[in-house]
Amino acid sequence: MNVVVCVKQIPDPAAPPALDPETKNLVREGKLILDDSDSYGVEMALQLADAAGGGDVTLVSMAPNGETSGLRTALAMGAAKAILVSDDSLAGSDALGTAKVLAAAIKRAEPDLVLAATESTDGYTGTTPVQVAELLGLPSVTFAKKVEIDGSSVKVERQTEAGYDEVESPLPALVTVTAGVVEPRYPSFKGIMAAKSKPVETLTVADLGIDAGEVGSAGARQEITEVAEAEARSGGEIVVDEGDGHLRVIEFLEQLKVI
Amino acid sequence: MSVDKIWVLTEISDGAPITTSLELISHARSLGGTVEAVAWGEDTASVAPTLGEYGVSTVHDVGDLAGSLPGAPVAAAIAAAVNAGDGPDVVLFPATYDGRDVAGRLSAKLDRPVLTNVIDLVEKDGGLLSQHAVFGGSYVLSARFTGEGPQLFVVRAKSFPAEPSGGAAAAVVAAPGAETGATNAARILARHVEERTGPKLDEADVVVSGGRGLGEKEQYALIEELATLLHGAAGASRAIVDAGWVPYSHQVGQTGKTVKPTVYLACGISGATQHLVGMKNSKNIVAINKDQDAPIFSVADLGIVGDVHKVVPKLIEALKARG
Repeated sequence: MNVVVCVKQIPDPAAPPALDPETKNLVREGKLILDDSDSYGVEMALQLADAAGGGDVTLVSMAPNGETSGLRTALAMGAAKAILVSDDSLAGSDALGTAKVLAAAIKRAEPDLVLAATESTDGYTGTTPVQVAELLGLPSVTFAKKVEIDGSSVKVERQTEAGYDEVESPLPALVTVTAGVVEPRYPSFKGIMAAKSKPVETLTVADLGIDAGEVGSAGARQEITEVAEAEARSGGEIVVDEGDGHLRVIEFLEQLKVI
Repeated sequence: MSVDKIWVLTEISDGAPITTSLELISHARSLGGTVEAVAWGEDTASVAPTLGEYGVSTVHDVGDLAGSLPGAPVAAAIAAAVNAGDGPDVVLFPATYDGRDVAGRLSAKLDRPVLTNVIDLVEKDGGLLSQHAVFGGSYVLSARFTGEGPQLFVVRAKSFPAEPSGGAAAAVVAAPGAETGATNAARILARHVEERTGPKLDEADVVVSGGRGLGEKEQYALIEELATLLHGAAGASRAIVDAGWVPYSHQVGQTGKTVKPTVYLACGISGATQHLVGMKNSKNIVAINKDQDAPIFSVADLGIVGDVHKVVPKLIEALKARG
């Protein structure tokens, strides 16, 4: 069974995020890492391919400057190969522009199943995977907390407001997974060494047959008009517990007439 | 572009429109033009009086989905109306699981961009300007569409108050059927509702949440006991939900519930961005955490730097002693 996993390479979330004052796009310079949210999809794909008795796990990503450091992490976990779309015209792409690029790249891998995170850690628009599914004409099941392959269909426990639904979809299909779905493995030393020589196919927008005007800032058809710092919450009172911290909480709750 | 007609995606749960849809309908009234709803289910007509009361003139009924997930068929119905020249100028979606699915599908189907994580929407120069909280709410970004409509906005819960305006029952019309092909092949086989007692998490006046700092699953009982004593609801950070300690329905944050209680008590929660966006607009925040550098303290009105295993049991004893 061939599985494609959409992965995003993002600036290290531990570093403070920055917006370019001119373009108001998120600054994506410097080293990018594998979005932690995507490690669950990679792990799920490896387990499903394994359970199905074989098949390739292919990563699909879009990133500036031919960036591959995050892809290498996922290859080190065990993915077989990667398709990276990198093109100057992609700067400033919105979710739909990104989806068009990913969909065209995914098509080349002819997957039985496409996996993605429910949303990225840095942009968290959360719509790209479903847009990809629509563009590829595939059914989709979002917010999976459990995924199993049963012959030619995929069975999913889908998170809901009240609990979860058992959902079944024929393959090929797209499924987005939550961070609880599996425990991602750490790449082994052997895996890290092997990842260095695994194939990464780098493509441009033209290679995918997409018009550059449809993607990037040109294709976004939306603009950020202003970025302002949010009103900070006024400084609260910080008390170090010396055995009586709970009394201060009681007092606070009394003031609010909660008790 | 003027805003003459707004459609609000209206989810029905337990026979009533969900609160977030009513919030969007209430706010849509202030943006000019008519407010209409798109709904689906076995008995959409039964919510027409409530929707009318909040200002909806017409409900576009997609009908019973017969076990389908809403994403594909509802998006197809909206797209059919747009393509027939009878569609809305603006569609507002609640930021729910199904709301995001419909918005994503519709965006790709119509080739229109979609703006998500909207926390405010104002009319400006005949168009709409949306506001978005980014980087865990430390920045507010304003955005607008520059191309052809309809304009699609996915709006976070509790961005606006839900206020009835006293209208007559909305008219119910069948939404045009549309071809969905393979995109609509997924089926719901069974639904599982996780029972909870006490007030609902997103409606409770007091929310007590626990996180990784509790150390182990069994310690979550402290959170539940404290919540019960305060007549509140028990919540959780994503970390412990993902770890399987508590069900997803307890999750507060970006991918969970948005809460705005009178008091939010965060116990052993560090305050990751994904958690902060779901609770930072609580009226009062109390944080108990042993790491004084934890980000949760930056939003706390009262922060107790201490061990949850010591502070919370004492708090429970003190509340019990009050009777």
